[in-house]
Amino acid sequence: MRHIVSRLIQAAIATFGVITIVFFVMHVSGDPTLLLVPEGATAEQIADLRHQLGFDRPLPLQYLAYLADLLRLDLGQSLVQRLPVSLILGSRLPYTLELAAGALLVALAIGIPVGIAMAVWRGGVVERGLAAVVLAGQSLPTFWSGILLILFFGVTLRWLPTSGADSLASLIMPSLALGALAMSTFARMTRISVLDELGRDYVNAARARGLSMGATVARHVLRNAAIPVITVTALEIGNLLAGAVIVETVFAWPGIGQLAMQSIQARDFLVVQAVVLFVSVTYIGLNLLADLAYTAIDPRIRGQA
Amino acid sequence: MRRLPLSTLLLLAVLLLMAAAAFTAPWISPHDPLRQSLLLRLKPPGSVDPRQGVFLLGTDDLGRDLLARILCGARASFAVAMLSVAVSLVVGVSLGLVAGWVRGWAAAIIMRLVDTMLSIPAILLAVLTVAVIGPSFLSLILVLGLTRWPRYTRVAYASTLQVAAMPYIQASEMAGAGAARILLRHVLPNIAGPLMVVATSEFGLMILFEAGLSFLGLGIQPPAPSWGSIMSAGRQYVERAWWLTVFPGIGLFTLVLCINLLGDAMRDQLDPRSAGR
Repeated sequence: MRHIVSRLIQAAIATFGVITIVFFVMHVSGDPTLLLVPEGATAEQIADLRHQLGFDRPLPLQYLAYLADLLRLDLGQSLVQRLPVSLILGSRLPYTLELAAGALLVALAIGIPVGIAMAVWRGGVVERGLAAVVLAGQSLPTFWSGILLILFFGVTLRWLPTSGADSLASLIMPSLALGALAMSTFARMTRISVLDELGRDYVNAARARGLSMGATVARHVLRNAAIPVITVTALEIGNLLAGAVIVETVFAWPGIGQLAMQSIQARDFLVVQAVVLFVSVTYIGLNLLADLAYTAIDPRIRGQA
Repeated sequence: MRRLPLSTLLLLAVLLLMAAAAFTAPWISPHDPLRQSLLLRLKPPGSVDPRQGVFLLGTDDLGRDLLARILCGARASFAVAMLSVAVSLVVGVSLGLVAGWVRGWAAAIIMRLVDTMLSIPAILLAVLTVAVIGPSFLSLILVLGLTRWPRYTRVAYASTLQVAAMPYIQASEMAGAGAARILLRHVLPNIAGPLMVVATSEFGLMILFEAGLSFLGLGIQPPAPSWGSIMSAGRQYVERAWWLTVFPGIGLFTLVLCINLLGDAMRDQLDPRSAGR
């Protein structure tokens, strides 16, 4: 119980910290009004807007007003699109969630079997071969793997559409590009976790009873090895949302990452700020969830901490 | 110190070769990386022009030599990564040393700040900040340096706590050494190993961040070449000019792969128990 409360407080502090950092980043250029006006505004319009948005008040007052707005979940009004920022964000979010789900599926479906195989066939050719795949996934920049996929499957073979979000087929390449890094993380975590479990007595006991290696792993080891992997899953979802900025730009995928980049070009900074806040707070929430799930699944942790 | 394995020496050799090529780019480059020529747009690798010579890796959408741009872009990559790692190393280690030495409230505040920074995805914070202050070489280094310090702080904090409890530290305290002297002369050398492992993996990440931000148009500004911006142009011409994305990508991938492998090797060297993990 104490553990849960202290984690909740920690998450609240982090959320508050994120909001504060984003507020100061928006003010670091001096006058945030200039970040919000549409291009070609006159000096008079800018002054009007500065007053209207309250940027002529003292900084501490602005900060408190900002906190109050966010508390009411008010992300402001886009001055470029003349719509509430939350509405704009909400209309693009489903695409990013779809992409993140696709990438997560790729990462789990490849990463976990690869990790298990690396642990079970430790020290052999299989492990070396798979280790190379994992390492490559770790070092591949998503924009490069994305473009290579486009070159191969889109341009040369003409199997898949090279951009947009028109059909389920459009989801395949962005998911592969975005999922590669998470795949490597899952494979590494699963490998370590399964290796740890394979050394335990219950594995020897099961094998001594005549259970095959495959059955031992499937029935006993995986259940115990799953705990750290579940934690990593929550963290990886956060990373996938952040990685979407680049992948969505490569594939012209209309999610919040592309929205952020388009908003920078349109000088619509309230929207950019909203994307950063949204992803960061989601990240903190997932972190918290992972931690609490970890405690719920593994009773041993409750005693510690 | 144990002898370095052959594979590590090989990695170091590749990295040094790439660094040497990057820093001597202006002298070894076959062409001027900024020289445009509209008649030579999007020429495939190996094209020959009677007046300008061979374009070994082809030309880009403005008729500039790709090899020259990749070499020059490598220089930008190395420079940004080295300088931003230096900034984040100094900031992160200083905060970690202070937190580990003073403990109490100062440590609580610093470590909460670390948690907060680690919960904002670095690429997003960098995108927002660069967009606000305007993209340039300097803002790239400052933004990357000031967003990527928390991992050093974590390591420095934990190691300082450990080292500070050692008898030799107490001895030098009793001998009258001040906090700054103890931290710099006695604590820092003892925690340098784990910090170097973090710095190596951060170096690889910085290379990727620079390329990623430049790909998004928020890094090195044109016409100066960067691997990210070359590939961004390559995305546009993906149907006609595969070489624009393939070659800089090979450079980026090789560099990051070598750095990651070197980081793993360093960690194993420092902590043999982690070998093979």
